[in-house]
Amino acid sequence: MRLYLKRAIQDIRQNRFLNAVTIITIALSILIVSSFALFFINTSDLMNTWREGVRIMVYLMPATPAAEIPGLQKKMLGMYGVHEVRFISRDDALKQLRGQMRRQSALLENLKENPLPDGFEVRMIDASRNWEKIEKLAVQIEDLPQVEEVEYGRKWLGRFTNIFNLFTLAGYGLGALFFVAAVFFVANTIRLVLYTRRDEIEIMRLVGAEDQFIKIPFYIEGIIQGALGGIIGLLLLFIVFLAISSNVAQDFTAGPFQIRFLPLHILFSIISSSMIVGWLGCLVSLKQFLKP
Amino acid sequence: MTGGEEKYAIVRLFHVYRSYGPKNALVDITLDIYKNEFLFISGPSGAGKTTLLKLLYIAEPVSDGQILVDGMNLSRIPRKKIPFLRRNFGIVFQDYKLIPTKTVYENVSLVLEAKGQKQRMIQKKVNSVLRTVGMEQRLNALPPSLSGGEQQRVAIARAVVGDPKIILADEPTGSLDTESAGFIFNLLKGFHTRGTTVVIATHDRELIRKSGGRVVNLNAGRLIETSDI
Repeated sequence: MRLYLKRAIQDIRQNRFLNAVTIITIALSILIVSSFALFFINTSDLMNTWREGVRIMVYLMPATPAAEIPGLQKKMLGMYGVHEVRFISRDDALKQLRGQMRRQSALLENLKENPLPDGFEVRMIDASRNWEKIEKLAVQIEDLPQVEEVEYGRKWLGRFTNIFNLFTLAGYGLGALFFVAAVFFVANTIRLVLYTRRDEIEIMRLVGAEDQFIKIPFYIEGIIQGALGGIIGLLLLFIVFLAISSNVAQDFTAGPFQIRFLPLHILFSIISSSMIVGWLGCLVSLKQFLKP
Repeated sequence: MTGGEEKYAIVRLFHVYRSYGPKNALVDITLDIYKNEFLFISGPSGAGKTTLLKLLYIAEPVSDGQILVDGMNLSRIPRKKIPFLRRNFGIVFQDYKLIPTKTVYENVSLVLEAKGQKQRMIQKKVNSVLRTVGMEQRLNALPPSLSGGEQQRVAIARAVVGDPKIILADEPTGSLDTESAGFIFNLLKGFHTRGTTVVIATHDRELIRKSGGRVVNLNAGRLIETSDI
């Protein structure tokens, strides 16, 4: 193996220009694909933060007797995906409103009677915080006879989720496209290298070298190219991330959400994929070049 | 070949044809090459000498007929076994075919590396062979910096380093001056003396006359005559 590695490194040094072109091509592909990954991870984090704040507000009919409240609360607690049901009486609701309005609270002083209904605040378990499940639960609660209205706010979150899913799909598509394109570029570069070294390969075959003896250094070369391309692509992304995050972060990080770089396991996956790209590129061109 | 030994045909050709489209390069060649023989394949340019050698190490396929090398039928040999067949031969090419980006040492060691031999063994063997051909001082030189005679010596070192059963030399002295040609010829003779079968394709009548050995004459792809000098 040491011999093959030595030959691969020797080959890279002898064909510096072609190898540099391949590595840059892989690096750019990785930069584009990993930019998508970075966007998805942060958008996904942002959505999770928003989801955590999601709750269903249940407003009761004005004439709902107080005796029915505990039963109603129990019924909602028994529904699938419900974590907590908190009763908010109309008086408490008015107090909260006053607190929220502060300076304008004088406006509420002139009210002859409390216009707010009794209600419940329903929070979901983590697994039920996606848009479809929230909507399903809301419909179920709305069907209760004592319930006048259900509000689960942030309806836009549903639309945003759809857009996000669309982007995810497009991201996968583009990722696959760039993967194939990178394989194609590597294959072409390796083919050029093979073409410039066809005499050498022919000599090796004539002196009794098996195909594996010829191929293995090229495979190693492809894997090295892939690894270097992947690392350079991610470094470029990190530089861009540092430049952008310092500006963008200020707008978003007011809440619990923090913009972050790709986690370690994703970085490893990207570099591994990049190495596979290099290896596949070699495989394709060697298969064509070393035909009997 | 020594007189008392029983003749063993290490290479056998039976009615071999090789054609390129309508043009016949070799026509109905039947020939035995014996173990430890010093054989010349002679004939003018275009007679089919190089083609005949190429058929032996499967650089080209036969169009018709059969070739046996040490009992192996080349028509039936699987693709994967071709490298192993080629290791029976030490090939000295007309144009040397040295890798210009590799040093003298690397060009010669390549054969043993391809065989998967250990580096220590390779180093020992390569140094010994380069000493035999008088190139031990030029280990790290690149082929383009060598003279024609030196390149041919490296080519011979590469051909013999793997201890082949048969040396195939295609016009080994063709482009060399008399002195270099004599040195190369003596090297080949030396390997023959040590027990290797040597087949030389040449049109150099003077070389053949001096050497002694069996001569196979080809003309326009046909075997004209076989004679002992």
